[in-house]
Amino acid sequence: MKRQGIAESLRDAIAEEMERDSTVFCIGEDIAVPGGWGGAFTVTLGLEDRFPDRMINTPIAELGFFGVAIGAALMGMRPIVDVQYGDFLFLASDQIVNNAAKMRYMSGGDCKVPLVVRVPVGATGRGSQHAQNMERYFIGVPGLKAVAVSNAYDAKGILKSAVRDDNPVMIFEHKLLYGSKGARAESGAVDATSDIPEEEFTVPLDKAVIRREGSDVTILSWLLMAHFSMFAAKTLAGDSIHAEVIDVRSLSPIDYETIGPSVQKTGHVVIVEEGPKTGGVSAEIAAGLLERFGEYLQAPILRVASPDVPVPFSPVLENAYRPDSRRIAEAVRGLLS
Amino acid sequence: MSAQSPGSREPQLANYDRDFLLKLYAQILLIRRFEEQVKFLFLEGTMPGTIHQCHGQEATAVGVCTALNKDDFITSTFRGHGHALAKGLTPREMLDELFGAATGCCKGKGGSMHMGNMEKGMIPGIAIVAGGIPLAAGMALAFKMRKTSQVVACFFGDGAVAEGAFHEGLNMAAIWNLPVLFVCENNLYGASTRIDKVMKNIKISDRAAGYGFRGETVDGNDLLAVYEAARRAVGECRAGHGPVLLELLTYRRTGHSRRDACHYQSRDERDAWFSNDPIERFVQTLLTRSDIAQIDLDRVEAQVDHEVSDAVQQARRAPQPATNDLLRDVYA
Ligand SMILES: Cc1ncc(C[n+]2csc(CCOP(=O)(O)OP(=O)(O)O)c2C)c(N)n1
Ligand SMILES: [Mg+2]
Repeated sequence: MKRQGIAESLRDAIAEEMERDSTVFCIGEDIAVPGGWGGAFTVTLGLEDRFPDRMINTPIAELGFFGVAIGAALMGMRPIVDVQYGDFLFLASDQIVNNAAKMRYMSGGDCKVPLVVRVPVGATGRGSQHAQNMERYFIGVPGLKAVAVSNAYDAKGILKSAVRDDNPVMIFEHKLLYGSKGARAESGAVDATSDIPEEEFTVPLDKAVIRREGSDVTILSWLLMAHFSMFAAKTLAGDSIHAEVIDVRSLSPIDYETIGPSVQKTGHVVIVEEGPKTGGVSAEIAAGLLERFGEYLQAPILRVASPDVPVPFSPVLENAYRPDSRRIAEAVRGLLS
Repeated sequence: MSAQSPGSREPQLANYDRDFLLKLYAQILLIRRFEEQVKFLFLEGTMPGTIHQCHGQEATAVGVCTALNKDDFITSTFRGHGHALAKGLTPREMLDELFGAATGCCKGKGGSMHMGNMEKGMIPGIAIVAGGIPLAAGMALAFKMRKTSQVVACFFGDGAVAEGAFHEGLNMAAIWNLPVLFVCENNLYGASTRIDKVMKNIKISDRAAGYGFRGETVDGNDLLAVYEAARRAVGECRAGHGPVLLELLTYRRTGHSRRDACHYQSRDERDAWFSNDPIERFVQTLLTRSDIAQIDLDRVEAQVDHEVSDAVQQARRAPQPATNDLLRDVYA
């Protein structure tokens, strides 16, 4: 057992998968540079020493290197693509949406695209273009799977499952969760470390997880908001409000099997999302819950999300943009009162 | 395949094996007849969808694919019928696909623009202009990493040259010396827009120098010239000296897609290119051989016609997919 943050546990997971399977390789900008950074967030730091031929450092060409990764996947390789900042996915989206997601279907099942895309997201003092929560843009694309990792254990187990999956899997990671100490510590970083067992483990791609049990309200969230929801639940417990907190984790498909019984039990739902409220993941979850469990709801589903504005730079404004535990707790109190 | 001795750049017709030449003739004719049939079926109203055909460009597909091995791969575009036939897909699996049948090469889920067959070395056609270029580089990267001797031939049109994907894909293929043959079928038009309206330097092969590799412009309606150029380029790619950009000059004799009357092409231009037909030219070449007579060509033609009409008969009756197939093949 060792204590690790997300950056380290992802690094170990990648190394173990590369060790296990010679078709696994990493591709992206600023990886595998001696004396370099290991990608924008240190995740692949030093792996070039162990796998010199399988760490492909690319030109700054997102459309191109996503296409390269997908082409290699079609030929039986298992690329792990690092996009530096999730915002840059817009440049690569033709390759992801038109090729990776559809190739299997339009070939009538003749080919497959075993691709892993690692996507750092979240507002972190970098202004509007290095900040967006990109998961909303990809959950509605049939052929893609989307997962969000909020602690080091999940990060390791999910990365391994993603590498072994025969489909394109997008893993969303939060920049404030990579590590709260040392080189990776960002202002506002939250502790997402876990005890990592020595023995091998995986975490399924399609399962939500109950982080805290409670009977009064179900709080659904992921990434940084999963942590803020836990903080809020602790505060609410002081007022004898027992919140059940579920880390949705699998954003496509949504795991209604895990979420459903909680909604049946509490009859109250708050969904928390970093990112503009309109057209977000929480809208999809709310609609999905209404269709499936509407009769159990004792009050309307509530969403706590960012306002419909671009991510601002000023720390004051950014903090107002990003939902926090106080807003979550207030929303729960409002819902139950 | 060919009896042509390696190293000679100017092939003498006499050096080719007779059967090889007749096989080339069968292939180039198969594409023409296939496209004629498809056009007929389409105008007849029995065939659904839209079509982008390659009448007049058949030599590019046959010349390039003949230089490839079975386990080499191609990427293609929305205008891919010729590429598919030249890479070994059968008229039957393709016509079934065009009819949307469950027995088509993509089980009716791909259609005209996305035909492919992995076993035969063709990924599904990419209908996003230039979208296949980075893919081809990645396929070649996989071959290089696994140390196989396979190569990729990546077909695209002159229109693709303006896309960012062209630049990004060629650059990465260049810096990693990837075994890709970039095949630009320059038919002078991207949809209705003539190349000189969207390109200052219309010699597309010049672009290769900007990325640090070899480019070559070839008469794309001269089947043997295309084949020889492709053979040289494939050899370079296999030897680790890829990529290569081949610009094949050709002309689309038919509309861009369905019901395009081509009013944007001048009569003079059309006349000039119609008298430069790749199949007629190849026939003239073949008939200069003392061991090939018109009767040999007639025999090939009868076989091709039979194969195509047979496939059409079958395709008209091919089983349509069950509606619950809709939900299959999304995930592996
Ligand atoms: C990204 C993209 N933009 C536009 C189109 C619409 N479109 C389809 S074919 C075509 C022209 C392509 O010209 P070219 O690359 O020269 O190929 P050709 O049709 O001559 O074979 C256009 C604009 C498309 N399919 N994809
Ligand atoms: Mg063109």
